[in-house]
Amino acid sequence: MNWQSRLIVATMAMFCISMAGAAELSEEQRALHVLNRLGYGPRPGDVEHVVAIGVDHYIELQLNPEKIRLPNGLLDRLDTLTSQDMSTGDLLAEYIAANKAAKNGDEVAKDKRKETFKLIAEQTAEARLARAINSPAQLEEVMVDFWFNHFNVFEGKGQDRAYISSYERDAIRPYVLGHFRDMLGATAKHPAMLFYLDNWLSVAPGFQAPGGKNANQQVNGLNENYAREVMELHTLGVDGGYTQRDVTELARMLTGWTFDPREMVKGGATFRFAPRRHDNGDKDWLGKHIGPRGQAEGEWALDILAMHPATAHHISYQLAQYFVSDVPPPALVDKLAKRFLDTQGDIREVLRTLFASPEFWNSAQQGSKFKTPYQYVVSSARATGMTVANIRPLLGILRQLGMPLYGCQTPDGYKNTEDAWLNPDALTRRINFATALASGKLPITRNPDDDTGMAVSKEQAVKVAQAEAVDAQLLLITLGTSISSRTRETIGKNPPALQAAMVLGSPDFMRH
Amino acid sequence: MKRRDFIRMAALSGGILIPFGRDAWAASMPDAGPTQRKLIIIMLRGAVDGLSVVAPYGDSEYYRLRPTIAVPRPGQENGALDLDGYFGLNPSLASLQPLWQQGKLAFVHASGSPDITRSHFDAQDYLESGTPGRKGTQDGWMNRLLGQLPGPVTPTRAVSIGPLMPRILSGRIEASNIASGAAGSRPTLLDRPQVGKAFDQLYQGDDKYSKTFQQAQETHKEVMSSMDDEMQAANGGAPLPNGFPDDAGRLAHLMRNDPNVQFAFLALGGWDTHANQGSVKGQLAGHLTPLGTGLASLAQQLGSMFDDTTIVVMSEFGRTVKQNGNNGTDHGHGNVMWVLGGSVNGGKVYADWQGLDVGHLYEGRDVPVTTDFRWVLAQIAERHLRMPDARLQQVFPNLSGRSPNFNLLRA
Repeated sequence: MNWQSRLIVATMAMFCISMAGAAELSEEQRALHVLNRLGYGPRPGDVEHVVAIGVDHYIELQLNPEKIRLPNGLLDRLDTLTSQDMSTGDLLAEYIAANKAAKNGDEVAKDKRKETFKLIAEQTAEARLARAINSPAQLEEVMVDFWFNHFNVFEGKGQDRAYISSYERDAIRPYVLGHFRDMLGATAKHPAMLFYLDNWLSVAPGFQAPGGKNANQQVNGLNENYAREVMELHTLGVDGGYTQRDVTELARMLTGWTFDPREMVKGGATFRFAPRRHDNGDKDWLGKHIGPRGQAEGEWALDILAMHPATAHHISYQLAQYFVSDVPPPALVDKLAKRFLDTQGDIREVLRTLFASPEFWNSAQQGSKFKTPYQYVVSSARATGMTVANIRPLLGILRQLGMPLYGCQTPDGYKNTEDAWLNPDALTRRINFATALASGKLPITRNPDDDTGMAVSKEQAVKVAQAEAVDAQLLLITLGTSISSRTRETIGKNPPALQAAMVLGSPDFMRH
Repeated sequence: MKRRDFIRMAALSGGILIPFGRDAWAASMPDAGPTQRKLIIIMLRGAVDGLSVVAPYGDSEYYRLRPTIAVPRPGQENGALDLDGYFGLNPSLASLQPLWQQGKLAFVHASGSPDITRSHFDAQDYLESGTPGRKGTQDGWMNRLLGQLPGPVTPTRAVSIGPLMPRILSGRIEASNIASGAAGSRPTLLDRPQVGKAFDQLYQGDDKYSKTFQQAQETHKEVMSSMDDEMQAANGGAPLPNGFPDDAGRLAHLMRNDPNVQFAFLALGGWDTHANQGSVKGQLAGHLTPLGTGLASLAQQLGSMFDDTTIVVMSEFGRTVKQNGNNGTDHGHGNVMWVLGGSVNGGKVYADWQGLDVGHLYEGRDVPVTTDFRWVLAQIAERHLRMPDARLQQVFPNLSGRSPNFNLLRA
């Protein structure tokens, strides 16, 4: 190709892109876009439903999940997950008891401990996935995942095994469409976060734990872990203009923010401000001076962080990146940040602005985001419409794809960009998962507890598999225009038994 | 013919080095092939406490500032393994002692990034981009380095073990990732001819997804063919327990059987020890032990290939000299880099070491960075991988200051 024809091609490409940006979306495309971005993609019949009630009305409903009734099937299933209703104190009591028994006990006690931990972890994951797959309040589920990830704690760290479910239930879920400051405060005071980022141990220099020689040697000074991450990750952002001094000063203000495991088990208190542990000196932080005011110092600091312009920008950037584009348009971020500040950090209002923005509706952004493993797995389950009775295969593939549920060790959480997730191994694994899922090879529709362990004959196994195989034609109807005509054509040329796998493993289904 | 096919053919034509274009200088290289000299980078994400890895036991400040977590002096119970009369190795790394004694292991203390950030995530980013302080850099330094070396690019010339493609290998030159554990070398549904054919049709384009898919297929075939029957049988088809020693063993096997593999990258987490880090036992030691064992077995299993290999272990920053209120350490600055390999001038701790007196600490709390990590890597690029000095700026743009006054590698 000579330079002239290159130029022509390039010009045409640019023309096409700008045309695409301006193109009118059909109602079906608009419905697909909100199902994909405000949720985890369509289930069978969803597109028609959204078109019928109107896309704008659907968005408004999603912003008000309290008006959406959960189906009885989902409610019944959540009811069976008994650990999900337990108080934080009761969960801790169980954790302590299991540990104690295992410490002094035999192999049976050790196995029992493992089972106890596994039960809490699996039930928490099951509740999360069941809602993500089945709840009609899809935006709420998206925001639970978004904010949990934003305020990430790692399930595998010690006591956090016990706290994980109540953290999501009590500190995240109630606030996902509320005011940012409320969620910031709830996470700051939840034992899951206090433990994960060590603030529960952070005390004034020179503090002597009661008990003389037997005192807890672990507690005798400042720990700046939480103070740093709350500014870097939860609020201002790493370029938010704070210094090492600001980290240390904030850590001093937050000394005494802790919990008492005994009190928690006995009386249920999940947070305690311990005045004796608090550093009562003056502090200079972010250019401001504050005298000794006990717990009020930390509350004051969180107030300032929650309404700081850098925080508004940081949160807006992350929301725009999640909902619109890996590299969000700066004008949109600015607009959202302004809305954030104007509404005292009202997340619902920021999202309303986002979903009404031309950037969100730009047709060049339709299907432009590469799904995270979580989005890919949940959207696969939804698109097939199958009843997921057994979540273990889903947890397994999430682990293999590098995104174990509740398993992000570091406080920054998982990224949601193509750069982070598109790689050769990931694509191969997604396609293998799609193939296994579509052909009914994953034991996903069978309740693991019903498994008798009895060997079935090969013929029986084939029958079961066939019964559970996904119907490619239904799948294509469900996914509508998000599967391109070119992809449909290629799929149509292949054996029917492979077609559903090809839909779920297609490049078109990798993005949303 | 596609360019890649041409390269493949060139590569297959009997291991003869065919220099083309800008890489003509390499024809003068005495080596048997352009991928003979290997580089393995192991990144400890979360900031390992370098003062517990290579402990300055000769400095009394070390014991004063770390009353409960210091590694005891050599000769004491669970004491450090003496390295040079001043520094000692954490005894949980005893498996590395033979390599030290053979002169194939060196440390560079008080090294790291000149950028002062104490954010894990920014600091890791800089360590991988090779451009501290500059966030806009799109590619990783290992990728740029590969671009400066002669020889054909094959899908497995640079591999990462794990589910993610690390920043350090991202960029213009294609690199692959292989699943951690036995899964990386097991047949998959895509190996069934009909399934493979179907997806080949869906991913035959020139877009990013298609290219990634094609690369995955090529890598998979290469890895499968390099994992011989013996290896498969030994695994019994069952996944081995995950962990670094296993992955290290698998990597050694892959490298021995696939001469195309030149660069490898592995990341290990769990080093952010803000509380109860322990010293010679406990949390940190529990992570160091398998790392040491894995490194030792990697060296051993590479066999004679270890002579042509350099392994670097690095972490985003060090930790505070003074222990914090919870028997842990907070985010610091300078750290220790570990360098292993057949051509390493080992048995030495290299450092422009200032001691732990508060007046010499960075901001009164951290080991200062007196050796820029990029100079350590630059020496490896130039002396081990034989990259001409003139190309250094392509790999580490804006690298200033001076090269350290030691030679980590025998030329």
